Amino acid sequence: MKKTDTIIIGAGPVGLFAVHQLGIKGLKSIVIDNLDKAGGQCIELYPDKPIYDIPAVPECTGEELTNKLLEQIKPFKTEFFLNERVEEVKQDKENWIIKTNNNNAFSAPNIIIAGGVGSFEPRKLSVKEAEKFEEDFLFYAVKDKEKFKNKNISIFGGGDSALDWALELSKFSKINLIHRRDEFRGAPHTLSEIKKLEKEGKISIKTPCQLESIEGKDRINSITIKFDDGKTEQIKTDMILSFFGLIMKLGPIAEWGLNMNKKTIEVNSKNFETNKKGIFAVGDICSYPGKLKLILSGFHEVALASVECFKRARPNEKYRFEFTTSSKTIQGRLGKK
Amino acid sequence: MTKITFKDNLGASKTIEVENGLTVMEGAIQNDIQGIDADCGGSMACATCHVYVEEKWFNKLPKAEEAEVDMIDMAYEPKKNSRLSCQLIVSEELNGLIVTTPAKQS
Repeated sequence: MKKTDTIIIGAGPVGLFAVHQLGIKGLKSIVIDNLDKAGGQCIELYPDKPIYDIPAVPECTGEELTNKLLEQIKPFKTEFFLNERVEEVKQDKENWIIKTNNNNAFSAPNIIIAGGVGSFEPRKLSVKEAEKFEEDFLFYAVKDKEKFKNKNISIFGGGDSALDWALELSKFSKINLIHRRDEFRGAPHTLSEIKKLEKEGKISIKTPCQLESIEGKDRINSITIKFDDGKTEQIKTDMILSFFGLIMKLGPIAEWGLNMNKKTIEVNSKNFETNKKGIFAVGDICSYPGKLKLILSGFHEVALASVECFKRARPNEKYRFEFTTSSKTIQGRLGKK
Repeated sequence: MTKITFKDNLGASKTIEVENGLTVMEGAIQNDIQGIDADCGGSMACATCHVYVEEKWFNKLPKAEEAEVDMIDMAYEPKKNSRLSCQLIVSEELNGLIVTTPAKQS
């Protein structure tokens, strides 16, 4: 079991800034996130979209903000545990012990939950028979291209993922590209390639229509789609790929005995502690009177929470408020001379 | 204040009064309307405040932006009259608006 001063759950902008606020106070932390990279919603939902309300940064994208934050916390050499989800939280006297789905265990006096709206999962197809074909014949991402060779593949979606995989897999399989409306949203080059392959008969485009049912017993034989005008069509299909983006699920956090308000965790606005001593919630996942779901609010919340984290992690030391501009100690921690 | 009616997919309905200038989504959240999740808080990034707008009202609404239509692609069972309620600003003209929430949001 690894020991640290603070376990941070969530590597979004607020979780990353938590590393900074703890780090300048001399506290060690580790960060756990379900995604395969840091950045949270910024990187998953709007990497290329502009943000205009970060103080002193007139404009930046989600990806730029993430990269800047990672640069800012570099001096603290924090360990990240990505692709991992916290499954269990237990109390052990003054400490908290958590276990992840990857069988890692950590112990710390503090937990900061910076979990946004929960962990990201692919949005699944709504027909009830979809689930039984999952993992063998129905996928929400492509992990192994080899599986998709010489097959009849039906791809659902109208965005970049659907278009890019339609192009890629059309090299060795027959593709049906199915979308609820006539317009696709992708790079102009991709769109013209798709049109070209449609003429050559390698990709068949079906719009405007949606999935009605999947037929097959132990494997998929065909799918039925329904067009807007009510007509249906059965299409021979071996495999289904569906790209309807991500949804956010709170997951096990709801079972940790924290006071919840809908999908958010109630905190006090003095140090953002929850009803459990030593567990803090910051950013989009916390609620208190007047809460705004802004990145800048999360930065403020974590600055205050880190003070209480210090008091709990260093009970025999006096907390002294310092400015980064003038504190030699902080500058030392930041690797400045 | 503007009256807005939310019907769920089984037909049960609830009428609430929403302050003009708020979005239909904000009105729903303030009034605990089941069936509106609004996970992203109104940044057009999640499609969990998806509603079906009755046809006569649908045509009266300002048209959806491209980004909203793209996001509706991701919604649970989108239809021709689908909108994201976070993009509908409440005003006098919408008094009596009726929307239906889908069977679920995600």
